[in-house]
Order: sequence, then C-alpha cells, then structure tokens
Amino acid sequence: MSETTGADVKRPARWSRRRLRRRLPNILILLLLTLVAIVSLFPLYWLFATALTPASATIKLPPELIPSEPTLENFRNIIKLSGQGKLKLPGQVIAMPRMLLWFVNTLALALISTGIHVLFDTMAGYAFAKRKFPGSNLFFWMILAALMIPGQVTLVPLYLMISEFKLVDTFLGVLMPGLADVIGIFLLKQYIQTLPSELEEAARIDGASEWQAFTRIIIPLAAPAMAVTAIFAFQRYWNAFLWPLVILQSPDKFTLQVGLSYIYNSEFGTNYGLLMSGAALASIPMILFFFAFQRYFMQGLRVGAVKG
Amino acid sequence: MSATTLPLGTRIAKAWHRHKWSYFFIAPSMILFGIFIGYPVLRAVVMAFQKVTLRGSTWIGLQNFRDVFASQLFIDSMWHTFIYAFFVVAAWITSSLIVAALLQPLANRFQSLFRGAFYLPYVISIIVISLVWIWIFEPDYGFFNFLLRSLGLPRVLWLQNPDMALWSIIISTVLVVPGTGVVLYSASIGSIPRELYEAAEVEGANGIQKWMRITVPLLKPTTLYLMVIYTIAGFQIFERVYIMTGGGPINRTTTIVQLIYMTAFSDFNFGRASAQALILFAIIAIFSFFQFKVLSTDVEY
Repeated sequence: MSETTGADVKRPARWSRRRLRRRLPNILILLLLTLVAIVSLFPLYWLFATALTPASATIKLPPELIPSEPTLENFRNIIKLSGQGKLKLPGQVIAMPRMLLWFVNTLALALISTGIHVLFDTMAGYAFAKRKFPGSNLFFWMILAALMIPGQVTLVPLYLMISEFKLVDTFLGVLMPGLADVIGIFLLKQYIQTLPSELEEAARIDGASEWQAFTRIIIPLAAPAMAVTAIFAFQRYWNAFLWPLVILQSPDKFTLQVGLSYIYNSEFGTNYGLLMSGAALASIPMILFFFAFQRYFMQGLRVGAVKG
Repeated sequence: MSATTLPLGTRIAKAWHRHKWSYFFIAPSMILFGIFIGYPVLRAVVMAFQKVTLRGSTWIGLQNFRDVFASQLFIDSMWHTFIYAFFVVAAWITSSLIVAALLQPLANRFQSLFRGAFYLPYVISIIVISLVWIWIFEPDYGFFNFLLRSLGLPRVLWLQNPDMALWSIIISTVLVVPGTGVVLYSASIGSIPRELYEAAEVEGANGIQKWMRITVPLLKPTTLYLMVIYTIAGFQIFERVYIMTGGGPINRTTTIVQLIYMTAFSDFNFGRASAQALILFAIIAIFSFFQFKVLSTDVEY
C-alpha cells in the first residue's frame, strides 16, 4: 500500500533501484520469451514479408527483412496466374480465378462438414451421456478404440471404396469419410454428462417430444462444448491435405491446400513471392479465426487433455 | 420377472419401443463410423494378406509382410521416421516445459499473450508452413543461407544435400515451440498447490530442487499425454516430407507414411501399402503402451 502511494507522489521512484532489482528477473524472462517467440513466429512473419515484397526484390541479396516498398502485386498476380476456373452451381456456371474458386471450395466443404459433424456428434454425445440403452457401452468402447487407429490404415481401403462408389474427384467423396470423426462424441459426452437432467425431464412432462427435448434443452446448454468441437473441426477441415489430395483430380475442384501444392509443382514453383502470397491467402482466414475464438481454442486443448 | 416370461418377439418390440430414440440419436454417427472406419479397418487387414489390383484380388498369405521387411527402402524409411520422431518429441517436450515454466511468474495478460503467440503457428496448415520453410532453406536467396553468409560461413544445401535433408526437416519442426505443449504445461503448473513450494522453502530447498522434486514429478500426467500425442504425430509425419522433399534426395527423407503413399498411389500396390500401414499401427500401439507403462506410475497431488 505505502509503496504504491509513494510511487504516486514521487514519479521517478517507479524505477527506483529496489524496484528494478525486484522486477529484474521478470524483465529478463520477458525478454527471453520474446526472443523464443520471435524464432517461433519467424516463418509466419517471413511468409507475409515475402508476400508483400515486390517479386524483383525477393531474389536480391541481402534480403529485405522488412519490405521497404510493400505491395499487393504478388497477390494480384497469384489470383491472375492461378488460371481461370468455373464454379458450377445448379443452374449456372460462374467463371472466376482458380485461387478464389479454391477458396470457395474450401470454405463450403469446411462449413458443411463442420455443421453435420457437430450435429451428429452432439446427438451421439447426448445419447451416451444421458440415456441408458442396451449396447451403449459396446458402442462407446468401439469409438474409443477407433481413436487409436491412425488414418493411414483406412486410407487405401477408403480410396478403393470411394472409387467403387464412383465418387473420385467429387466433393461428396472428400466430404463423407471426413465426417466419421469420433473425437467430438467423446468431448460432448463428457460435457453433457455434467448438465442437470431436470430441465429435460420437465420438458418431457410438458409434452415435448424426444427431439424437441434435444433441440430446445440440450443444444442450448451444450453450446459451449459444441463451439469448441466446431472450432477444432473447422480448423481440421480447412487445413486437410492428404485426403483431398488423393480424391480430387481436376484443378477446378481443388481445396486451397491441394491448390497450393499444385502451384508449387507448376511453373511458378520457384517464384517465392507468388507462392508466399498464395500461402498467405490460404492462412489469413485461419489467423483471423484464431484471434476471434482464441478462448475456445485454449479451452478445447485443456478439455482434450483430460483424457490423458 | 414377468418380462422374462413374455415371448422373445414381444420383449424385443418393447425394448425397441423404449430405446428407439436412443438408437435414433446415435444412428448417424454409428452408421458413418461403421462405413468409413469399421469396414475400412477390416478391409485393410484383409488386403494386407492379398495381392490387390484394380481388377481383383488374390490371397497371398504373408507375402506382403515378407516383401515389406525385405525391402531396404522400408528399413530406411523406418529409420528416418524413428530419428524424426525421437528428436521432435525430445525437443518439443523440453521446449514447451521450459517456456511454460518461464511463463509462470509473469502477469496474466503476458501469459495469455505468449500462449496465443506460441499457439498461432499451429492453426496454419502444414502445407503453408512447409512452403515457407522451402523458401527459408532456398540455396541462393533463402534466409538461412543469408544468415550463414553474414556470419562468414559457407552456404548449406539444406534440402538438396542427401546427408542434410532429414535434419533440415527436423530443424523446421523443432525451431517452432509447440503451442499445445505450452498451453497444457502452463495450465498444469498453474494448478500445483502453492503450499508445496512454501513447505519446501521452509525446509530450505533452492529453486532447482523445487523444480526437480516438485514441479517435474507433478507434471508427469501432462508429460505422458504430450509424449504419447507427439510420438504418434512424429510417426505419422507426412505433409512436411511430401512438400519439402517428396522423400528425396535419393529417398533419404522417405518416412513410413510417405512410403505408404507412394506404394499405394504411385505403384498402386494396395496390398503392400495396407501391410505397411498395419505395421505402422502396430509400432504406434507398442510405443504408446510402453510410454504408459513407464510413465504412468501413480502420481498424486
């Protein structure tokens, strides 16, 4: 107390020697962590710095650590040079640069997958948490066992199945296998278990159907856990690479990640300004997404850790 | 008692009537699970014992497994995967533990700022990250060779030199502190009761003793969890290799998943690819089991 008032009266005392000595360890820690964070974030910084540097200055020595003449030239070029694509909607075809087309494809796939995924996981999580039924343990153990199986085991059989269904190079072929993701069920079960059952019972007594009890009582109460599940699902679908790479063949259907590897393997693969601006376009939505939902990301990580 | 005397058909009908909504709620997930996880797993197991072509398949017993283990490329890729996983797990556990410990004395706003900063690279796709590293590793204009030149050192062919490429991929992974580890360690350190440290101080323990005797042992559950998930992630390394080197130069960076991908989608040898995938699964299962055994000796607060 007295120290605070003392600092108010005598302003230079903020950095009195005693205080400095007390704070010095924390200041050193802060500096050290800042240094580590700079190294960790450097690739991300270099991505945007290169994307904003004019193509002629990218291959110059020494490199410009901070773009001296930032420009959006690379962004304009990558959109132009990615080629013209066609967005096929029912009833009409819209021509647009492929980069934008990939953006639309990725967004649509990620949003649809996330929506279905979260609805199904919440339904199953609710059933496992609140309802007793024959076989519930068996089904739940099957889900837990599936969490152990690496995706590479199912990769080849899934590819053969999708080609037998004649769904290679279709969005449906990308979408469907990705929906069978069971970790969300686990997370939602854990959360819904902690909710009181009285509201649900009361709704039933008032004549609500089982479906109404689910949509009007459970969904609003489970919303925070659903949000966490949705955020991680969206991130996963947005960044998915191997499965879309295996299934998609025509460039007009690519997702952003597959499109980036396509550009890298094309004639523009060594034009790093172009490449980085494409990579930046693919990342900006995820970065904004992270800043918007940072709290949920941090929560989700900790919930996931409860398993261990 | 009376229920058991009813005919079986009636009992099933009654149970169905009672539980049909429960089955309705799990049905969508379970159907997807059966079609896209359960069935493919069984099919992978069967295919591992078959010669599979797009025209049909014939049973060949253990031939695929014999071929896999006889292949020098498989042994090499196994070795590359182990080296990668070992260094990445060791570096990630160490760096996230140290960063989390350094975060602890700081004010809350700094803590959450740094946690966000360390997690940020992990929301970006590995494809993007790998492309940036290709650019950083570029021989003539890349950032790393610029640094070496400024220090008066000769340039390094990071991804082109067969003896260097795997290490470059490891460097690109370990230089970025893992966000998950920082967040989880920092939460666990925060939940260690202060009294333990105060008691230790009364008994004259110094900082290092407190760290080794209290903090590290109490973080064991978190360490176990992170080790398991990082080991699994390490064994499954694919995207970085696929983008940065494609397994080259001269197969010196081929990892197991890269090999599975090439066996399946370049050679179209689906049976052998399934055998490789099952071997990977077995290795992951054995390692996870082993880590649980070694590390999960009971920890109590």
